[in-house]
Amino acid sequence: MGRRGSGFLAVIGPEGALQSVVKARKLEKRYGSKRALRPVDLALERGGVLVVTGANGSGKTTLLRLVAGLAAPTRGTLEVRADRAELGYLGHEGFLYRELTAVENLDLYGRLYRVPERRERIGMLLERFGLWEARAERAGAYSRGMLQRLALCRTLLHEPALLVLDEPFTALDAEGAGLLDTQLAELRGERTIVLSTHDPERVERLATARLALA
Amino acid sequence: MSYLADVATLARKDLRLELRARDTLPAMLLFVVSTLVVFHFALPEGADEVAAQGLLWVALVFTALLGLARAWAPERESGALEGLVLAPCDRSAIWLGKAAAVFAFLSAVELVALPAFALFFGSVDAATVAGVVLASIGICAVGTLLAAMAAASRTRELVLPLLFLPLAIPLVVGGVGASVSPEPGRYLAFLALYDAIFSILCWASFEYVVSE
Repeated sequence: MGRRGSGFLAVIGPEGALQSVVKARKLEKRYGSKRALRPVDLALERGGVLVVTGANGSGKTTLLRLVAGLAAPTRGTLEVRADRAELGYLGHEGFLYRELTAVENLDLYGRLYRVPERRERIGMLLERFGLWEARAERAGAYSRGMLQRLALCRTLLHEPALLVLDEPFTALDAEGAGLLDTQLAELRGERTIVLSTHDPERVERLATARLALA
Repeated sequence: MSYLADVATLARKDLRLELRARDTLPAMLLFVVSTLVVFHFALPEGADEVAAQGLLWVALVFTALLGLARAWAPERESGALEGLVLAPCDRSAIWLGKAAAVFAFLSAVELVALPAFALFFGSVDAATVAGVVLASIGICAVGTLLAAMAAASRTRELVLPLLFLPLAIPLVVGGVGASVSPEPGRYLAFLALYDAIFSILCWASFEYVVSE
């Protein structure tokens, strides 16, 4: 099992929370001999917001990929009480097809996630994130910031109970970041959120738990 | 029904991507016609028809390889395979949808290749057509899985042929046998058996290919 106190600081949610949605104990990830994530303990209760910070290479993305089920732990245990239908993951790549339009991309994921009233939901999200006018354009023609907005729409499309957002403010302009602030504030308390950022002050008022990786 | 709906959704996505990008199908068509033209001039005058049938299968296998090398390119370029893997659908549906799309591309190529072959080398009989259809199913089933494995590799251009060609040998044996044998039935049965066994294996193992 992994070592404790190996240079990371974890401030976790309330001890003995009734039902932790994410619970890790001595969670560690290695790729061969390279350690991608130092041992970490955390517990996040339902409706909590965990803000993960740390320098480049500290393991933020690795931790979020572990929580999302995209990677398997090398050591330690990880329990995530959400199945794939309840999970919304935003990574560094938006998982969007460049040759499909915004609507077609969202429609694809909406069908796979069996989103009820899919078209209305897609329209509402595109409107909310300021992409309605560009809905018929191919994603390949989008700017980096528009792609990030579209990726956020994809992540939120099926109203996931657990949101895992890896640096969601990346590439967003002030307006886009403001829209995301509003969205996160609305979701706070309703959804469980794990969010990594280089700008912890931005999400400070949302956080119920913090994890600083080193 | 929801499983088949997912497969249809994913296959339709690939067909739409190809209609938009036109990356794969035109290249496959050009390649197979060019190959048959080259074989037409390379084969000596009065050469055995059996040799010509073999060349048809060489052309089809390498054309399929060309298409398979591009099969997962949209997912690789956008990282979308992880998005599909995270979706709550059965992961084998991702493989089946992709294999169905590749089969559609290969079938379109064969609709051009078989008349072109007949033009250059003589007629194509029903057994050959049946052999091509059955072999195409096997090529798409096995090739789509191997292409997904190779897509994760930096040396995918090398890995895919190295993995695919040995597994395609039984398909070539069955296909050529169906084309030239006076009793094509047992070769067609062999191809059908290959399709059944390898399709089940690929269907069951795709989950492990896309999971860490």
